[in-house]
Amino acid sequence: MRTTSLALVIGLLVALAAGPAAAAETVKIGFITSLSGPAGIIGKHMKDSVELALDHLGRKVGGLETEVIYGDDQRKPDVGKQLADEMLKKHRVHFVSGVIWSNVMLAVAPTVTQAGTLMIGTNAGPHELAGKMCHELYFTTSWQNDQTPEAMGKYMQDQGLTDVYAMAPNYAAGKDMISGFKRYFKGRIVDEVYTKLGQQDYQAEISQLRAKSPKAVFVFYPGDMGIQFVKQYAQAGLRDQIPLYSVYTVDEVTLPALKETALGQWETRYWSPDLKNEPNVKYIADFRKKFGYTPSFYGAQSYDGIMLIDSAIRAVKGDLSNKKGMVAAMRKADFKSTRGRFTYNVNHHPIQNFYLLKAVKGAGGEVEMQVQKAVFENHKDAYHKDCGMRW
Amino acid sequence: MNIFLILEQTLNGLQFGVMLFLMAAGLTLVFGIMNLVNLAHGSLYMVGAYLATTFAQWTGSFLLALVLALAGSLVVGIVVELVALRTLYERDHLDQVLATFGLILFFNELIAILWGRSALYTTLPTWLSGHVALLPGIRYPVYRALVILVGLVVAGLLWVVVTRTRLGMLIRAGASNRTMVAALGVNVRLLYTVVFGSGAALAGLAGLMAGPIYAVQPGMGEQILIQVFVVIVIGGIGSIRGALVGAVIVGMVDTLGRAFLKPMLSTVLSAPAADTAGPAIASMLIYLLMAAVLAFRPQGLFPVTGAER
Repeated sequence: MRTTSLALVIGLLVALAAGPAAAAETVKIGFITSLSGPAGIIGKHMKDSVELALDHLGRKVGGLETEVIYGDDQRKPDVGKQLADEMLKKHRVHFVSGVIWSNVMLAVAPTVTQAGTLMIGTNAGPHELAGKMCHELYFTTSWQNDQTPEAMGKYMQDQGLTDVYAMAPNYAAGKDMISGFKRYFKGRIVDEVYTKLGQQDYQAEISQLRAKSPKAVFVFYPGDMGIQFVKQYAQAGLRDQIPLYSVYTVDEVTLPALKETALGQWETRYWSPDLKNEPNVKYIADFRKKFGYTPSFYGAQSYDGIMLIDSAIRAVKGDLSNKKGMVAAMRKADFKSTRGRFTYNVNHHPIQNFYLLKAVKGAGGEVEMQVQKAVFENHKDAYHKDCGMRW
Repeated sequence: MNIFLILEQTLNGLQFGVMLFLMAAGLTLVFGIMNLVNLAHGSLYMVGAYLATTFAQWTGSFLLALVLALAGSLVVGIVVELVALRTLYERDHLDQVLATFGLILFFNELIAILWGRSALYTTLPTWLSGHVALLPGIRYPVYRALVILVGLVVAGLLWVVVTRTRLGMLIRAGASNRTMVAALGVNVRLLYTVVFGSGAALAGLAGLMAGPIYAVQPGMGEQILIQVFVVIVIGGIGSIRGALVGAVIVGMVDTLGRAFLKPMLSTVLSAPAADTAGPAIASMLIYLLMAAVLAFRPQGLFPVTGAER
């Protein structure tokens, strides 16, 4: 008994002695994304961007030795939650970041924040986490799901379009996208169709669509689904008949597989490779140099995520136990974001601009997305009023 | 609902069905004759799509690429059989599942290393990208029509081979009683290699036809594989006829469910309820069908008569 108490005392002393040295400890960041399967390419964009951010910071986030633990969620919420648990308990990470899919985020974010750890989302923006389930330890460097389709809804409304056919995959983000679209688009909606997440063949849905002869089509099909839908839409001969407007469907992930098939596509987004602010120009140039391809918004957000963490650790001078201080620092969004300067809303979701983009032939002959104009400036999400946080 | 739309959706269902059939035919033969559960069948489909896309870029000819890709899939199939699967025939199904699951991971990573994770750019040659008027009022994409045609021709050829040739006789005999076939002096090893190679070529054919319409990327095979297993469970393991009927049923049920379930439900339910229930039930339909078949006819619709299981 006495030896155990003695050991305890020694242990405490060692911990105490290690206290001041903690300021120079290693910061561990768990980064969850999809690295295998059809969504693996999105994960690659994100992982490469994290690596570039580390390079730009001299491999030291917030001036501390940095270890990033990558996890592959396989686009499955249960796997994502297991990864979060493993990162928290086994690796004892200080931050969890990443997450592409809203359904995965809804499983991961509460797990992380309930463990008292900071969660920095770099893609998914389910409405629950912006509203009632908002949390002081949860930040996102991307957007709330509804915001981007709201911009497209506003643009199509302003164009005086009507008789729109809306399609999205049947999961958390798909529902958010359509409801965001409808918040600003007030014209007639011919039909709303939800398809299976990860569906390959849309021929049946395209036949139904054609039979309803809408005036315009609005879709949300991220990643491989977008490649398949846009290809099949063009092959059905509808490209020249019914204009196709989309969000998160034609981007730098899907363009290499679509090329000319995407020409003329309209999208809205908060970011584009051709945004000419200083951090973005540097990000794009160095990314192309290091990895040999053009990054997407998935990458830009992940780059921003690491930069946000960096700004927070610097603000507390490397004291990773000072979570209050880090939260306060993150709320200032005091870092060089690839989208340019932005502020955080009360629910820790960005207040930012949204642009209209079009797929056009670039100077090099490759098809690329180019900003046409701003649709929203300093746009807030619709759910921040439901969030109880005040600061 | 007009009659043309129903006809068009039936064609869509048939097209999806023949695609499933090309996959299911190989899988069911391998399962039935060699008693091998091959989860890596989807990888051979992926290999077919990648080879066709690459050869099309190299040669500039769509048809030449198809021929080369088909031959390539056959070779890859034979190599996989010789190197990896030979040792598994005497093992139980769990070992086979584990080993062939390992092959899936192997192929996905190999493809990602060779071609990268990004989906490949594929396109149709102009002579295949138009539409044909199959009936007045139905304009159908030429390529999809071609897929249906190829699928039906392959089904016909398979029927001739299986019912009218000596090889087919051995295949049927092998599906019914392997031990007896071996005892009669047939080189079962060679038969296995031929069957597996042909199955791989059929999967490759499905893959190369899928290339221009789907995303050609690592992991593309697993998305279709689950539905293919549903097909062979419904059709009956080891039966080509079962695979054809099962594939067409699954293709039709899935397509028509996706197209018409929601409009039908909205006549009895409120619009939001139909919006929620329609897609949810439509994506379950083929599994419900499989469960029903398992409950009432566990051996499948067209079981191989006299099979030793």
